Amino acid sequence: MPMTSPIESLRILLLDEQAERFPVMEAALTAAGYQVVGKVTTADNIHAAVERTQPDVIIADLDSPGRDTLESMQALNRKQPRPIVMFTNDGDLATIQLAVESGVTAYVVDGMAPDRIRPILEVAMMRFHEYQKLRDELELTRLQLNERKHIDKAKGLLMKRKGLDEAKAYALLRRMAMDRHMKLSELARSIVAAAELLE
Amino acid sequence: MSWSEDTINLGYLPLLDAAPLLLAQELGYFSEAGLKVRLTREASWANIRDKLCAGTLQGAQLLVPMLISVNLGLNRVKAALTSSFVLNQNGNSVTVSIALREQLRHINPEALASAHTSVLTLKQLILQRRERGEAAFTLAVVYPYSCHNYLLRYWLAAGGIHPDQDVNLVVIPPSQMVAQLTSGRIDGFCAGEPWSQLAASMGCGHTLLSTFDIWHNAPEKVLAMNMDWATQNTETYSNLLKVLLKACRWLDDSDNREDALLLLAQPHCLGTEAHFLHWGLLAGKHNFHQHSANYPWPAHMAWLAAQMQRWGHLGAAQLSADYLQTIFPTAIFRTICVQEALPVPPGDAPTQVGYHAAPWQYGAVSLGADRFIDGIRFDSLQISQYLQQFTISNLPKM
Repeated sequence: MPMTSPIESLRILLLDEQAERFPVMEAALTAAGYQVVGKVTTADNIHAAVERTQPDVIIADLDSPGRDTLESMQALNRKQPRPIVMFTNDGDLATIQLAVESGVTAYVVDGMAPDRIRPILEVAMMRFHEYQKLRDELELTRLQLNERKHIDKAKGLLMKRKGLDEAKAYALLRRMAMDRHMKLSELARSIVAAAELLE
Repeated sequence: MSWSEDTINLGYLPLLDAAPLLLAQELGYFSEAGLKVRLTREASWANIRDKLCAGTLQGAQLLVPMLISVNLGLNRVKAALTSSFVLNQNGNSVTVSIALREQLRHINPEALASAHTSVLTLKQLILQRRERGEAAFTLAVVYPYSCHNYLLRYWLAAGGIHPDQDVNLVVIPPSQMVAQLTSGRIDGFCAGEPWSQLAASMGCGHTLLSTFDIWHNAPEKVLAMNMDWATQNTETYSNLLKVLLKACRWLDDSDNREDALLLLAQPHCLGTEAHFLHWGLLAGKHNFHQHSANYPWPAHMAWLAAQMQRWGHLGAAQLSADYLQTIFPTAIFRTICVQEALPVPPGDAPTQVGYHAAPWQYGAVSLGADRFIDGIRFDSLQISQYLQQFTISNLPKM
């Protein structure tokens, strides 16, 4: 789902093992002009919380084991990817920021100081959208290639079975698709599947 | 990247699989070899990955498929990692809720007899529930790019269940599995021990099978190192592996088991009571050394890479045998065997897996049984033909 909220009204979901930190974090984020729509620990149902609150961004404690859950929701459930920003008070980890520059994971190293949050969130959102766009384009190309293959195969089948030349076979495919209110690629796929079944 | 300090920082998650690292420390093997190693307990696989990328960790206990996912940047963050040492084979179990166990038994009193009957009964149950319009079962694994995920998927698919269509697969940290099973948010999980044993002891879960029943002696955790570090510190790296090999041999000696469990149970190690760890080792069928378990057998790695392809996590063009060999080089291990006067695995490794129901001899070394639950055999030279035979997969239908 594309992010539509302007940056100043971002909806944020917090993930932290130490629930006692929630009030401080929420205060800092609210002061920075954001809306905290949910607060979870790993013991909660993270999947349901994300579904229910529909956040624009998730801010998670680096030391939460729930990180792997969040990442898997991005890696394997491609329906609703969201940027994740990690925070840590561990100064030694400053270098991590460099290491993940090319990725999307962002780290707030100095805890939750309000003046630090805004620029980091902005950069994280921007990078995330750039990456998402690239991935969507790749996926589209792959999909189109696959459709092309099916159409060529169906065309070949029609040419062989009905003794048509390429142009006529293609025209027939198009007409059949229109008659059946199907996409050309869908029809091609069912023709190929039917032919495989009959072989 | 260059490392100024000579301390080697190694990350691990608190699982029985981390035993070789923890014991090498507890037995003083690292310092005996003149190595300054600092073990750091981490909270998640993603954390370990980021710290490996940043260089705050030079190495870590890691899941085999993560070597591939991180090297290729499948989850955005990309780093060059290498591994030449398998810390253990097996070690995971599949646990279901008591409610699910009873439903399985209700359909078939013999459902729990084997990994095969349980999955076939599960398939029947899924079909019945679908007819009644009930929600799909939710099963959890510990990480997307994990042996847990690929072995659980293999088991489900062997029973005619599509892991992405017929069940709901989610990721949950191992430490949360028991709580989520108790609350009914998940119906089962595949995780490393001792988590299954904890669920069983609390009466909320039933250990259905060990992943050994899905694939005998699957490589589970490896020692992964930052590739730059490994290249710049060849001698230190070689010494580190020698120490781990020594720890694995010590652990493999049954006379040392009891001592090992007491050491591992300490709060700064796994912090879990020794008897849970003992049950965990029995149920998980962990193999830390025998039958050349520590050697990174190329065909084993290729099988996991093939499963990643099968489920659409990896494109066929993204990986070649040569590339796998650069991630999992074997020469360093053979050199160590020569230096330590141990039997040396032949450089020309077998490409086939799944042919042996019992331990077998290959050149100077023995290997463990390597059968799969469905008896299907694998040849790393013919991955695309291998994958074509599966009707249940996410491969594009041509």
